[in-house]
Amino acid sequence: MDISTKNDAVPPPVSPPSEAEQKRAARGATRPGDRIFLGLSRGSGIFLLVIMAAIAAFLTYRSVLAISKDESNFVTTLEWNPTAAEPSFGIAVLVYGTVISSIIAMVIAVPIAVGIALFITHYAPRKLGGPLSYVIDLLAAVPSIVYGLWGALVLAPQLIGLFGWLDDYFGWTGILDWQGGAPRSLFTVGILLAIMILPIITSVSREVFRQAPLMHQEAALALGATRWEVIRMSVLPFGRSGVISASMLGLGRALGETMAVATVLSPSFEINASLLDPGGGTFAQNIASKFSEASEMGRDALIASGLVLFVITLLVNGGARMIIARRAEYSGANA
Amino acid sequence: MAKRIDVSGLSAYYSSFRAIEDISMAIEPRSVTAFIGPSGCGKSTFLRTLNRMHEVTPGGRVEGKVMLDDENLYGAGIDPVSVRREVGMVFQRPNPFPTMSVFDNVAAGLKLNGNYKKSELGDIVEKSLKGANLWNEVKDRLNKPGSGLSGGQQQRLCIARAIAVEPKVLLMDEPCSALDPISTLAIEDLIGELKERFTIVIVTHNMQQAARVSDRTAFFNLSAVGQPGKLIEIDDTERIFSNPSVQATEDYISGRFG
Amino acid sequence: MSQTVNDRRPSSLQGATLPKWSPYAIAGGSIALGLGISAAAGLDSKIQWGLMAAVFFVAASYGIAAKVEGRRQAKDRVATSLVWVAFLLAVIPLVSLIWETVERGVKVVDVYFLTHSMGLVTDTEPGGGIYHAILGTLEQVGIATVISVPIGILTAIYLVEYGRGRLAQAVTFFVDVMTGIPSIVAGLFILSFWIIILDMGYSGFAGAMALTILMLPVIVRSTEEMLKLVPNELREASLALGVPKWRTIMKVVLPTSVGGITTGVMLAVARITGETAPVLLLVWGSTFINTDPFDGPQASLPMYIYQQYANSGGSGAAYDRAWAAALTLIAFVMILNLAARGIARWKAPKTGR
Repeated sequence: MDISTKNDAVPPPVSPPSEAEQKRAARGATRPGDRIFLGLSRGSGIFLLVIMAAIAAFLTYRSVLAISKDESNFVTTLEWNPTAAEPSFGIAVLVYGTVISSIIAMVIAVPIAVGIALFITHYAPRKLGGPLSYVIDLLAAVPSIVYGLWGALVLAPQLIGLFGWLDDYFGWTGILDWQGGAPRSLFTVGILLAIMILPIITSVSREVFRQAPLMHQEAALALGATRWEVIRMSVLPFGRSGVISASMLGLGRALGETMAVATVLSPSFEINASLLDPGGGTFAQNIASKFSEASEMGRDALIASGLVLFVITLLVNGGARMIIARRAEYSGANA
Repeated sequence: MAKRIDVSGLSAYYSSFRAIEDISMAIEPRSVTAFIGPSGCGKSTFLRTLNRMHEVTPGGRVEGKVMLDDENLYGAGIDPVSVRREVGMVFQRPNPFPTMSVFDNVAAGLKLNGNYKKSELGDIVEKSLKGANLWNEVKDRLNKPGSGLSGGQQQRLCIARAIAVEPKVLLMDEPCSALDPISTLAIEDLIGELKERFTIVIVTHNMQQAARVSDRTAFFNLSAVGQPGKLIEIDDTERIFSNPSVQATEDYISGRFG
Repeated sequence: MSQTVNDRRPSSLQGATLPKWSPYAIAGGSIALGLGISAAAGLDSKIQWGLMAAVFFVAASYGIAAKVEGRRQAKDRVATSLVWVAFLLAVIPLVSLIWETVERGVKVVDVYFLTHSMGLVTDTEPGGGIYHAILGTLEQVGIATVISVPIGILTAIYLVEYGRGRLAQAVTFFVDVMTGIPSIVAGLFILSFWIIILDMGYSGFAGAMALTILMLPVIVRSTEEMLKLVPNELREASLALGVPKWRTIMKVVLPTSVGGITTGVMLAVARITGETAPVLLLVWGSTFINTDPFDGPQASLPMYIYQQYANSGGSGAAYDRAWAAALTLIAFVMILNLAARGIARWKAPKTGR
């Protein structure tokens, strides 16, 4: 890594260099071309920092403007009326909707993604595994608006039967009670988000499982373990932290997903205990659907909610990266 | 408990490449049999066919018969999982499970069978660690991770793990090649003790080691790179090293090639 | 040492094994059972019989295997069948997504559709096209690419070739942070800064700036990876010839990694082409052709899909157009992806021999 510095260290000259030579050596280090190039590339890095600072600054500025005019508590209020004479808006419903839909998505997606990752690395015939991971990677590239269109026009109608069945048998819990409206609730959103984050969780987990050391798998095999026991003894413990960080990356996506949610969810700004009935909204969806009719005050209120979303995703992604970094150290020390 | 192995007409493949060809030999119970030969001659591949580990490698395939007493390991209806419990294996690089403690590593194979009581398990673990000459060094740190031990200790831990399930045969694939001389000596002593109870097969690159630990020695060779490896001869170790019947063996042992 | 432990292993190596075809038979039986129950109970949702069949499959695999082969083998079989079920559960929606898009979209996509705008076509009547949306997308993505490629590559060069010390650490950290910015937040930032504070009005350029924010970290990351792959020997060889560092980078390091960098850029382009949220906030949308990205609202392909879906009140013609635009968008993104991977494979450093 440090090769480039060593290069500047000139070997001790046999005779003291003449003044001219010294000058030339000094000029060599700060040749104009080098200086300009270094300036440009360092400038780009600084530009990036400036953008980040600007994002934080401008969002905070507009949010402070909005929240200072908010007549009710920004965190706990259950309504969104920033344009009223006495603006009153809060993010409680959005927190609820975002958290619930993301939880549903994670509960469905993580086990299935781990299953597919294991399928690709340890179960599928080798000829199938390669193309399959290729296809999964391609699916990660499908734009979210297309998932939204499919979710609204294909998935939702298919869910009517399932919702009815859930209502018949589990309606008494209250959580799975269904009044018979269009199946475009947080539950539907959760299922769609699960499908959308499957590819990313799968491909990260797959890479981790693929790196599971062969020698530990062989050790388990040689003890007379079945394939599942090999996976449980040597692959899963090795991949655990990788799966956790993959899931958190997926969670980051689910939290910030806008268009698919905006397309599928029938919005209603209230907290509803039932997951099958309309109710709730997510941060991103609320911004997209309320934006076009918003005044300046309305837009500032939306920006304030966006800032909250920003902070949440930062924390989630930061957590994921910390786990990855710790894993890197661990495996490095182990090698 | 140790069992006799009888191999006849065995060939092993990696996809279409034949790695070893038409090997037949008998391996006596309660003895140490060493495999020697130049790199790439297929001695490790052959070792792995003896507990059906070769077929785990993608493309790996075996033809021929391996009789363990009176059962053919490659016969119809044989469960490879049960075979590997009868024929244990120790690998070139020590590979204790990194997420498990010393205790759990030794108990790993037993726990697969599920129905051991806690005290019973403790007894077997102690017995196995003593059998691997490791008990005195680790008895105070049974709950520490196995990866915290030194290389030689880790390898003896792996031996303890292998003998805990009471296999009939113990295969060792260059078990000392990643260790320092003192650890190597400890393992060699251990092999001498273990042969009282097990049939031991050891692959080694080190001819002095073969001479020191084994009762019988098999010499493998290949005619050229890309050609399958073959068994040249197998005989009492003393004979192989003093008066082998094939010229190639003498050349190899005296260091003329390989 | 005596053998004190009672041997619990089966004395024989011969385990009772289910025949090779049994998983297929169990799967077939489960599907038949799921279909049968659904037909009998009058359930019409494919999801229900599919889930039922999956549950039957896993349960039957366990039950039969536990009877014949024993508990450990049964657990192994359950794990295998669960993994297969997970695979199928995931494949079905993804196949359905592609299938529906192609099937419904292909009806409408033709030369007319690709070369005309929505102009005076109202949302509920058939006709019209996506020319204006394609144009808008190309311009917005083009501007974003032109801005972010040089900045992104230079930043990566800084991090790999010069980067030491605090500044480089900070840049690395914030590139990570930037990767996780939800697209709608990037849109809100440009909104607050460009439209609310500077009062510049909605335009394709505003959208392009938000797309730049999303694209930059992706390019920095992928370029960084590629530059790190360039062996240090090459740099040393060039420097030892007395070539200045900046010319070494331009003439040796970049050409060596140009394939990988191109791949990264194309994947980034593919990713932002499908972004809807920031465009929705900043470009506003239009049914007319607007060739000037710096002045006035424009359309864009993903936003077109959303508007045809959302503003048309369930009209069949609008839904058809939405599917057709989705097909066009997917085709574009997939072609970019495939081409990028093709380049990656073609330009990959040759290994061995």
